[in-house]
Amino acid sequence: MSAPAAALDWAQGVWDWAAANWYYPDEPGRGIRPRLIEHIRLSYASIAIGLLLAVPLGLACVRWKPLYPPLLTGVNVLYAVPSIALFFLLLPYTGFSDWTAIVPLAVYTLVILLPNVVDGLHQVPDHVRQAAVAMGFGPLRRLVRVETPVALPVIIAGLRVASVATISMVSVASLVGLGGLGRLILSDGFRRQFDAPIVVGVVLVVLLAFATDALLVLAQRLLTPWARRDRPRTGSVRRRRAAATAAADAPALASTAVAPPGKG
Amino acid sequence: MEILDGLTAWFADPAQWSGSAGIPARLGEHVYYSLLALVLSALIAVPVGLFTGHTGVGGFLTASLANFARALPTIGVLFLVVMAAGIGLVPVIAALVALAVPPILVNTHEGVRSVDPGLRDAATGMGMRGREVLLRLELPVALPLVLIGLRTAAVQVVATATIAAYVGVGGLGRYIFDGQAQQNLSMILGGSVLVVALAVVTTLLFAGARRLLVAPGLRAQAAPAR
Repeated sequence: MSAPAAALDWAQGVWDWAAANWYYPDEPGRGIRPRLIEHIRLSYASIAIGLLLAVPLGLACVRWKPLYPPLLTGVNVLYAVPSIALFFLLLPYTGFSDWTAIVPLAVYTLVILLPNVVDGLHQVPDHVRQAAVAMGFGPLRRLVRVETPVALPVIIAGLRVASVATISMVSVASLVGLGGLGRLILSDGFRRQFDAPIVVGVVLVVLLAFATDALLVLAQRLLTPWARRDRPRTGSVRRRRAAATAAADAPALASTAVAPPGKG
Repeated sequence: MEILDGLTAWFADPAQWSGSAGIPARLGEHVYYSLLALVLSALIAVPVGLFTGHTGVGGFLTASLANFARALPTIGVLFLVVMAAGIGLVPVIAALVALAVPPILVNTHEGVRSVDPGLRDAATGMGMRGREVLLRLELPVALPLVLIGLRTAAVQVVATATIAAYVGVGGLGRYIFDGQAQQNLSMILGGSVLVVALAVVTTLLFAGARRLLVAPGLRAQAAPAR
């Protein structure tokens, strides 16, 4: 058989396996679909908890500046701890509950989300803040109505990087018996020396990451309608100025938003 | 306190410091895998990033590919290559390279793209050709970002090289997996402490490289956020 035909045959085999094992109506815990749902649950919970931690921590860092460097160092050191070690260390306390996977993954997201929340809030122009004060906005209302919306694009940029990294990292939790699609890769694939489940697991993880990314882009468009309105089609002065600012911001953004993707 | 005592005892045990399962040997393996993966990734990602950044060709493709590699689950890549090539160094390095290429590639590309167009005009005005502009202007100016990309990749590789132990190739991950198998908490903690220490040393090395390599005029201006 020629090479392309063999490759096609192999792909057909993988597809057939996926179709045959997608879902077992009699056994709801078996098959690919429950693993996918578990993967979504673990990764989305980690990202949400990470964001819930990053926002108050970021606010505290903006309010009390000396807090930021030690906190960031601490988060970076935690990020260097191998995920598998954290899973093993949590196992005696949280057992085989979802928390064994969620706690370390939520902590890892902070390494991306915390700097982005801080940078986003720092980016609010002073005159905007002063205008809000002059209009009689109190600190809380200013935060919710003015500062958060202005910081939103940077925060969502961080969320996009963190979500791709987290979704890819959930798979490692399969080594402690969690891990959604990672269980497909490890238990059904590697332990049985069968390549189809591994390929299906990898492809679904990548697709889930891309779909989540698209959702976040959509959320950003819906939450910051002014960004679209401010971008006229013709090359106006404003657009060129905006492009110049964006270029000037690029290194700073790249150092935070682009920096840490995923790790095993 | 009990945990700390166990950890100290683990590090103080003389048996820990010699032989093929000792800390020096495991540390050596870990550094070897990490370094090999990082050098290979840099050899792939830096030239490609310089090319796409300089010419603007394939920028979108690069970003998409980097995004794709970023979403790849490391253990999936590891196990697939193990099944194709057998147990050994190849699957570990392949998985680590897939992990390390995206940050290096994206940061190199961004670094070259974000060089001030005025500087580029000045270089052309001084009579530099395309390649000279790239090597004598764009690379030095982009260097801080390239180094950030390399550092990010290096820290991730060091942390992730632990999974090499799962396919039986050694490294510091052995302490974590063996510790779990023997229910030896001090061993897991000891392995983790060594990995974190290695990551911290890596970060410091890159801070040193930044001091040595980046032009003094750029250092103040391009101080990274982290």
